[in-house]
Amino acid sequence: MPKLIVDAKVIGQKVLTTDIRQIDLWAPQLAKIAVPGQFVNVEVSRQVAPLLRRPLGIADLNREQGTITLIYRIIGDATKILAEACSGDLINIIGPLGKGFDLKAKKPLIVGGGLGLAPLVYLAKSFCPSPVDILIGGRTEKEVFWRLLFEDLCQGVSVTTDDGSYGTKGNVLALLPQMIEANNYDCIYVCGPEPMMKAVAKFADQAAIPCQISLEKYMACGLGGCLSCSCGGIGKRLKVCTDGPVFWSKEVTEW
Amino acid sequence: MVKALYEGRLAVNLAGIKMLTPITTASGTFGFGLEFSDFLDLEKVGAITVKGTTLEPRSGNQGQRAVETPAGMLNCVGLENPGVQYFLEQTLPELKKINSPVIVNIAGSTPEEYGVLAAKLDVDGVDGVEINISCPNVKQGGIAFGTCPTSAVEVVKAVKANTSKPVITKLSPNVTDIVEMALAVEAAGSDALSLINTLVGMKIDIERKAPVLGNVMGGLSGPAVRPIAVRMVYQVAQQVKIPIIGMGGIMNAEDAIEFFLAGATSVAVGTANFREPRIAETISTGILSYLDRHGFKNINEIIGLALPK
Repeated sequence: MPKLIVDAKVIGQKVLTTDIRQIDLWAPQLAKIAVPGQFVNVEVSRQVAPLLRRPLGIADLNREQGTITLIYRIIGDATKILAEACSGDLINIIGPLGKGFDLKAKKPLIVGGGLGLAPLVYLAKSFCPSPVDILIGGRTEKEVFWRLLFEDLCQGVSVTTDDGSYGTKGNVLALLPQMIEANNYDCIYVCGPEPMMKAVAKFADQAAIPCQISLEKYMACGLGGCLSCSCGGIGKRLKVCTDGPVFWSKEVTEW
Repeated sequence: MVKALYEGRLAVNLAGIKMLTPITTASGTFGFGLEFSDFLDLEKVGAITVKGTTLEPRSGNQGQRAVETPAGMLNCVGLENPGVQYFLEQTLPELKKINSPVIVNIAGSTPEEYGVLAAKLDVDGVDGVEINISCPNVKQGGIAFGTCPTSAVEVVKAVKANTSKPVITKLSPNVTDIVEMALAVEAAGSDALSLINTLVGMKIDIERKAPVLGNVMGGLSGPAVRPIAVRMVYQVAQQVKIPIIGMGGIMNAEDAIEFFLAGATSVAVGTANFREPRIAETISTGILSYLDRHGFKNINEIIGLALPK
């Protein structure tokens, strides 16, 4: 799959929560080829500060309309600038980057938390109309607003919160065992905070269910050139940006 | 037709390495070159300088390896690479298909190891070796050789004795007197200099109350270091006879021209590759328009023009 560098036109931005935004971009060549789990590297400014692009997972796309959707949290200077982009502005993006999810599962379970849920929206959509279940974990009710994005895409939406303010109290492991027990999932897809991914991958391994993880590591280029995002594989090093970000959990030995 | 690239106006001879444009890529910022082939024509890059190569494979440093800083970035990759054998067997055959000189950056923990590496790389398809005695991110070797003139001299001599290729020494800016280092490696036989490697820096996460980088300190690169790099090229160019590859935060043609005027024969783009992967090719057209605007026929005419008369 070719990697493209394009000026994408901002269609609009949506406020999802106080600090989370959704941006829709018109980038037809990219929308034509990107698959779930891939990301784009976004140039938020033409100035030298912020200097580096920001990698963002593709949260949705519409091939017919030529659009891609990104969801990001305003955490620093770069995302503050991105949040100010208006309809009609051009934003330079490189993509689609990385290797996406394996979509062969017949009975998939998706597990996610935080911004890790962004690429899982596009993943869930790609399984439609086959039924897919999702398990969302967060600290508080505010952090699990994501359930609204999955309501139309997933058959079962289960939620846990650390403080019990929404859904089942606890982390995703409070529900995962009984969900696995009650269903014959043939693949678990997980993207979220590192402790969540490690716990889910370990549990999936014990239950002998194949598990795909989507890793996040600080990266400078997204192209395999800088080695900022490398992690340990079996007998070799892996780059999150080009060998991943999606891996089978057993492929990665140190992350 | 490749010979006529830009009508030869940008061609330079760097210690015997014939470059069709004066642009190369800073080691460690361009992978092995092939990673960037979706974005640019590698044959329009004057020379491809590849990732630092060591005798044995290295997995690099643990923890976070990069972080952005004001107009720059810190990295502590720690020379992750698959080792020289892998390079010779897997990467070099691919690079040979590209009609562009290849410079291999080498790093070792003893002068002898640098010598063995140089001998292994004294093969068809390698056009030059760049001695890395300035990596701030490894415990042994690296910068330890680059901050002590007598150690640097030993490394340069070991490499020179084991290769027929032009030898470029990449110097560390983390020294009191860059001119002293440059004169020492020139006297030891280095055919060219790369100026500068990264500056040692660090960033602290005030929420975690701990250093951001896994290796605590890292190398600072990007536009933030450019004035220091220009100054060092300017100082060294007045004292040495060997050619200099200038580098440090070059983001566009104007930045590159500063280095030529300061006395560099060639320049390397580094951190800019991360932001704009086409830069190593596209920067050439900006240099050409500068030459046109100022009535110069050839890049060689502007080298050192800002130096004291």
